[in-house]
Amino acid sequence: MSAQRADAPYLVVDDLTVSFPTEDGQLTAVTGLSYSVDRGQTLGIVGESGSGKSVSSLAVMGLHDPKRSTITGSIRLGGREIVGLGESEMRKLRGQDTAMIFQDALAALHPFFRVGDQLEEAYLVHHPKASKRDAARKAIEMLDRVGIPQPEARAKDYPHQFSGGMRQRAMIAMGLINDPSLIFADEPTTALDVTVQAQILDLLSDLQSEYNSAIVIITHDLGVIAEMANDVLVMYAGRKVEFGTCKDILTHPEMPYTWGLLSSVPDLTASTDSRLIPIPGNPPSLLDPPPGCAFNPRCTHRDKVPGQLCTTVLPELVPGVGERHLRRCHLADPEAIYRTEIVQDAAGGAQ
Amino acid sequence: MFAYILKRSLSGLLVVVLVSMSVFALFWYGPSEPARPICNNQTNNRCSAAKLAQFRENLGYNNPIVVEYGKWAKGVFVGREIQFGQIPIECPAPCLGLSFRTNQPVYAEMKERLPATISVALGGAFLYVALGVPIGIAAARRRGTVGDKALVSSFLFLSSVPYYLFALLMSLYLTVIYQVPIFGTTGYTPITENPWHWFTGLFLAWMALGIFGCTSYTRYTRGSMIETLGEDYIRTARAKGLPARIVVYKHALRAALVPVVTIFGLDLGLLLAGTIFTERIFSIRGIGWWGVEAVAVKDLNVVQATTLFGAVMIIVMNIAVDVIYSVLDPRVRLS
Repeated sequence: MSAQRADAPYLVVDDLTVSFPTEDGQLTAVTGLSYSVDRGQTLGIVGESGSGKSVSSLAVMGLHDPKRSTITGSIRLGGREIVGLGESEMRKLRGQDTAMIFQDALAALHPFFRVGDQLEEAYLVHHPKASKRDAARKAIEMLDRVGIPQPEARAKDYPHQFSGGMRQRAMIAMGLINDPSLIFADEPTTALDVTVQAQILDLLSDLQSEYNSAIVIITHDLGVIAEMANDVLVMYAGRKVEFGTCKDILTHPEMPYTWGLLSSVPDLTASTDSRLIPIPGNPPSLLDPPPGCAFNPRCTHRDKVPGQLCTTVLPELVPGVGERHLRRCHLADPEAIYRTEIVQDAAGGAQ
Repeated sequence: MFAYILKRSLSGLLVVVLVSMSVFALFWYGPSEPARPICNNQTNNRCSAAKLAQFRENLGYNNPIVVEYGKWAKGVFVGREIQFGQIPIECPAPCLGLSFRTNQPVYAEMKERLPATISVALGGAFLYVALGVPIGIAAARRRGTVGDKALVSSFLFLSSVPYYLFALLMSLYLTVIYQVPIFGTTGYTPITENPWHWFTGLFLAWMALGIFGCTSYTRYTRGSMIETLGEDYIRTARAKGLPARIVVYKHALRAALVPVVTIFGLDLGLLLAGTIFTERIFSIRGIGWWGVEAVAVKDLNVVQATTLFGAVMIIVMNIAVDVIYSVLDPRVRLS
């Protein structure tokens, strides 16, 4: 894209808000979200179900029905504004400049079409001048590239004849067939065995360095984040609540929700007696979010903030300790609380 | 696949045999006196007790049922000679007995009636799909809008009208009150004789069947399509950048039609078994009308034949649906 300045990140999302009209009122799934990803970089978006991770990514892909959703703010792809772009323009970007790898490949691949045909279709739609034979060659080349043995033969199989890991590989092959600059991977390994998970993540990293694409990986699995992400964005109730480099977020997070996420992950180095600490309560309703900080009803630290700020005032994003670190929390010195209480607790539980 | 079709055909055949036995037994033990209509028929309604007894004897009602069923079944394969009155009548294979009313072999009469019924059934079934599926798709794509709601409720209303009333009103308005010229005379003309008359004579019957029947197909297609459009693989297809037309008509329709095909197969079987109201209202002398006439005069052999024919149609279409199902959905393995 010519409009892009050399130093601007490939994807820039600015103040993105996505809402849907429902029978019970306007549901705002994403509020004022901003982030950017550069080519060759990976951004991890973490959060519970309903935190707006997938909704925001589908907005970038232009997959929300304009009649059933309201999208405001700005999404720039290679310098080009795509909010408000018509469906026919958006369609040309999808699969070509942006691609999405979905969670459950068995459900996400069409059960009635051969895997090879589905890949060819993805190629042909953006290469209308290519012949069927070129497309078939390209499909087999991609299947081979993602490590599917005997790709010529397997291209003729249907998705249900593939194993789970193979299906996810085929899904990746289909997403990358047009060499997109930006790849969304929505829980790409959630449906897979742990060993296969690692293979798929390795494959994604390899392909990223080969094609120099920007990746946004959406997950609730912090293990995947640790493996893949350069930067991490934590979302809660449709908002960015913390942002930082992968190392900062995993080693000294500054938002109680992120603490909760980290404490609910098993630690292989801890003793087998140590208990996982779940986050109490449930995610809030997006139709009627709690006043103040959306996390306050579940937060065990809100008493440390004077003047009941947590239940009345929405905290702004403020810089944290780490480089480029942002947090949305009223706590005066969350870093100290994390070091003295959370890490201590975990260590205590391990004894 | 071939082995599967063979296996299903054999088991289908077994069902046909069982149906033929039960139909035979039903009429054998039934409360009607089959000799009576024949006797009345042959004696100009002066049927004496002695005559009646003789007809009973001739019809074989004094023999054990097993013997008579054996004779009947043998006749289906090799034909037989049947004697009602004085003269024996030749009934060639496949012999389904003689019509009590006309003394003609039932099969020969059926063969005469069949083209009319097939014409009605195929035309009607074609309209079920040709009208119902596109309207259903359009409604599914506009689900929740005013247009969709208006369509769904008006079709629900239409399909709650009894079919015979609907067809009668249609016939009344188009042929009697407004006398639309091309619908003027309904009835069946063989296509080989005059294709135009074949078409115009059947047109109203097709429209009545098609418009009424398409309401269900609209609902099936709409429901199935809405479900399919919510599937992950449809989102994938859109994420690939495919145009909406291909997403809907290639990816979604392919999957959405599977349940519709199942219902269609059974409906086609039912139509082929004879459309009683349609044939009567639009004066088409097909299997349905023939069956009704036979019931009215207790022509048991004809009733038996139409019942059996209906069963065969349903069985054949069931097998066809299963085979088509496996062609449509590669996950279904026939074995």
